[in-house]
Amino acid sequence: MPSVARRFPWLWVAASAGFLFLYLPLVIVVVYSFNDSRLNAEWVGFTLDWYRKLAEDAEMLSAAGNSLIIGIVTSVVSTILGTMAGLAMYRHPSRLLSVLVLTPIAIPEILMGVSLLIFFVLLNFTLGLISVTLAHIAFCIGFVAIVVRSRLAGMDESLTEAARDCGATPAQAFRHVTLPLIMPGVIAGALMAFTLSIDDFVITFFTAGAGTSTLPLQIYSMIKISVTPEVNAISTLLMLLTLALIVIASRLAPGILESSQETTP
Amino acid sequence: MAALAETTKSRWLVSGPPLLYLIAFFALPALIMVLASFRSPGEFGGLAPLVDTSGQVDLNVESYTRFLTEPVYAQVFLKSVVVALLTTLCCLLLGYPLAMVIARSPKRRRDLLLLLVILPFWSNFLIRVYAWMIILGPQAMLSRAVNSVLAVAGIEPVSLLFSPFAVLVCLVYVHLPFMVLPLYANLEKHDQALLDAAQDLGANGWQRFWKVTFPLSLPGVYAGAALVFIPALGIFAIPDILGGPDDSLIGNLIKQQFLETRDWPFGSVLSIVLTVAALLLAGLVAWIGRARTEKEPARA
Repeated sequence: MPSVARRFPWLWVAASAGFLFLYLPLVIVVVYSFNDSRLNAEWVGFTLDWYRKLAEDAEMLSAAGNSLIIGIVTSVVSTILGTMAGLAMYRHPSRLLSVLVLTPIAIPEILMGVSLLIFFVLLNFTLGLISVTLAHIAFCIGFVAIVVRSRLAGMDESLTEAARDCGATPAQAFRHVTLPLIMPGVIAGALMAFTLSIDDFVITFFTAGAGTSTLPLQIYSMIKISVTPEVNAISTLLMLLTLALIVIASRLAPGILESSQETTP
Repeated sequence: MAALAETTKSRWLVSGPPLLYLIAFFALPALIMVLASFRSPGEFGGLAPLVDTSGQVDLNVESYTRFLTEPVYAQVFLKSVVVALLTTLCCLLLGYPLAMVIARSPKRRRDLLLLLVILPFWSNFLIRVYAWMIILGPQAMLSRAVNSVLAVAGIEPVSLLFSPFAVLVCLVYVHLPFMVLPLYANLEKHDQALLDAAQDLGANGWQRFWKVTFPLSLPGVYAGAALVFIPALGIFAIPDILGGPDDSLIGNLIKQQFLETRDWPFGSVLSIVLTVAALLLAGLVAWIGRARTEKEPARA
């Protein structure tokens, strides 16, 4: 079969332009994080100053700490609840559960942000780390459930039945047979939930209140004031972290990256 | 019978906790928002008391009337729909060749190319917006090049940043993967034999595309369009960061009602209008898609 490039030259040109469009902006952010100039306009010389500045930025460090705490708690709780939801959706499909699990992923994010804002304020619940974490868990459950359900769909359910026939209680069958088999999906889901939580801006924006900052909120307030290469530096580090987590997750559960399209109506 | 009771019990043990969590932190807040849309705004933001001093219960449709009678809101809403449609169209034009190249690449290269499309989606949203602040900035190469061309033509220099153009480019950039994925999933399943048959019958490249590939890919197009349109309709951060004062979309209005004006009932009305519009459109797309697939066998 002749190569795509030779058979469809114009198509190849258009696709290369598409890839360039996808990557050039990110490359520029990374390159300018090492640029010895306040302006993100042209290359002046190599420096690590912006990273040094970052390490001394107390607000940024506390925001990073918050992001980490929220991300870890969100990841643990949403993985447990999401795995349960995935199991339930696979074994006893119910319309109510599917709607509740998938709608938060399908609707515009801002809706969840504002409705949770009303909810927390009416309950006199102080906005801060806890409200953000509760909100993050709510939108991560769906993503974990999708990954776990597709992992279950790919495994041999008769193994669990065999364990039951041999006298295992449902809990034992789950603990010793099902769980080890779906483990890669569960871990991938946990990594994905962590990434989604660390990256979330919109829902955090509405549920964080005035006193709490996370990395994306900190980046937002910095770029609203001015463009500084310090933002490039934190962006580069954040991209590296996400990249590493996603590569690991996709090794564990091939196809996980495409799971966002399962919400197709 | 005991076994049946046990299955029901274990079933609720498994589905109960996520169900309860999502009812508490998703369904209930959504319901409260619907109720809030029928209330009056409080004196200091939030909601007015449900029962006031004279014993009058606070339930009305004033915020809905306001949305329908003050044309400025309908205008912003329409503008958001137009911008989201434009975004969808640009994503389709840019995403189609990408999806096609990936689908027609050798199998072992497909996964890598697909990963390359998805990776930017997993980098932080704000970083991707920020990247365009740099590219479109007044001192950046692009702005200087555009303005020197304009200067030759005798036109005043323009600002690329803080313009509707910046908003649209970034919207397309952020949503492109949502279009490529469903398109690819569809194109990958196409039978090469159909294209060969068309070629044997004398169809040229364009004819093969418009008469065979494109009609077959319509379900992918519809799915991609819905996945781009719905989030694009509700976006507020992109116009907020890259747009000028006149580039506000419905998402910005919602944000303003909740965080600045603190008029919750009206903010809730705007949010509900946005949800209904998004769901109606998704439903419409799904309906068209189904109607088409049902027709397909008859045409084959």
